Order: sequence, then structure tokens, then C-alpha cells
Amino acid sequence: MTYLYAAYAATWIIHVAYLGWLARGYVRLRQEVDDLKKK
Amino acid sequence: MKRVFPILAIVTAVLLIYAMHQALVVAPTERTMGDVQRIFYYHVPSAWTAFILFSINFVASIIYLARRNAKADMIALTTAEVGVVFCTVVLVTGPIWARPVWGIWWTWDLRLTLTLVLWLIYVSYLILRKFSSGGQTPLLAAVLAVFGALDVPLVYFSIWFFRTQHPQPVIGGGGSIDPRMLHVLLINWLAFSCFAALVCWSRYRFEVMRREVDELQALGSMMEARSPR
Repeated sequence: MTYLYAAYAATWIIHVAYLGWLARGYVRLRQEVDDLKKK
Repeated sequence: MKRVFPILAIVTAVLLIYAMHQALVVAPTERTMGDVQRIFYYHVPSAWTAFILFSINFVASIIYLARRNAKADMIALTTAEVGVVFCTVVLVTGPIWARPVWGIWWTWDLRLTLTLVLWLIYVSYLILRKFSSGGQTPLLAAVLAVFGALDVPLVYFSIWFFRTQHPQPVIGGGGSIDPRMLHVLLINWLAFSCFAALVCWSRYRFEVMRREVDELQALGSMMEARSPR
């Protein structure tokens, strides 16, 4: 059962890590857009 | 479209939870491997999803090469990136499944090696796109993607035509599967396909926004350079 749970956990860790990276990119882009509007 | 996204996200989340319940609880336990065989319901759909994403990347790259269409280029980038994520899942869950069943984490078997090569090809595609800044980057990336996609059928058919450590295909190719297991497998594939589509959609929107910001920044720099001091 350990291997089974490890595989399922690893799958979701990989997906959540990617989604987190994508979300951080969105936040950074929004900040850049705000900076451009101020200029 | 902005209203549709949250609805689809909720539907996909429910589908993923239902699919996980089916995989962990409802699907029958395999006789020889026991519960560890349930890794199959994440490993195989992830591989199929990666193959589909790399195939879309191939078609989009061909369209870009033929028409220099920016949308096709963005679709190619998006599908390659999400495809690499799914391929990473395959390469991580595979050894976790292999260890208790084969007694080893990894072997340089044809199917496994070709899958690793496939992952390396698309990682190099993403590195090329990230660190090359010339105007020819999308063109070079499209050429790499067209050649890289040749590995997809090689990975898929490697277990049909060669004797490998990897099990034979469960659908077609002489393999067989319990109908209840097949049902759970297809539900998980549907759930992961919906999830992949949503992630691709988000990544595509992110890419559109990133290119708009780049254009605005370039325009701002030009205006600054032209303005009298």
C-alpha cells in the first residue's frame, strides 16, 4: 500500500507544483501590467 | 469564456475525485500484484494524455511551419509544457510501481528508455524556448517538435513489436483486461484529459498575456528612445 499511496501522492505533488508555478507567473505578469499602466 | 472556466474546473475536480474513488475503492484487486496494481489507473491515463498533448504539439508545429501562425506556436508551447508534466508523472509512477513488482526501480528496457528520451526531447524543446531569444526561436522549436514527435509512436508500439520488461498493452496488441478495470481506467483517462485541457487553457491564456506584456514593454522602450530629452 505504501507504493500505491506514494505513486498517487507523487502524481498530485507534480501537478500542484506545476499549477503553483503557473499561478506565480500570473501574479508576476499582473504586477508587470500594473507597472506598465503607471508609466 | 471566463464564466465557463470555473464551471469546467468544478466539473473536472468532481470527476477527478470520483475517478480516484473508483481507482482506490471500486476497481477489483488484481490477483498477482494486489493493491499496488492500482497505480495503473494513474500511470496509463497520464501516458495516454501525454501522447495526445505531444501529438497536438506536432500538428500545431506543422501548422506554424506552414503558415507562421502565432496561435499555432502558442498551442505548441502550451501542449509541450503540459505534456512534459504528464510525462514526468509517467516516469515517476512507473518506477514506484516497478519496485514492488519487478524488484527494481528502473531497467534500460526499450519502452522505458524511449519514454525517457521522449521526456528529454520535450524538456530540451522547453529549454530552447526559454533561453533562446532570437526571432527564429519558434521556427527552430517547431522543427525540433516535428522530429521529437517521431518518438511518440516508437514509445507506443515498442511493446507491440519487441520483447520488453514492460507489460503488453491492455487494449489491443493481444492484451486483455477485466471490463470493470477497463471502465475505471477510462474514467480516469477522461478525468485526466479534462484536467489537462483546463491546464492547457490556463497556460495558453498566460502565454497570450505574456506576449502582450512583452509587446507593450518593447513599445514603451521605443517611445522612451524617441522622446526628446
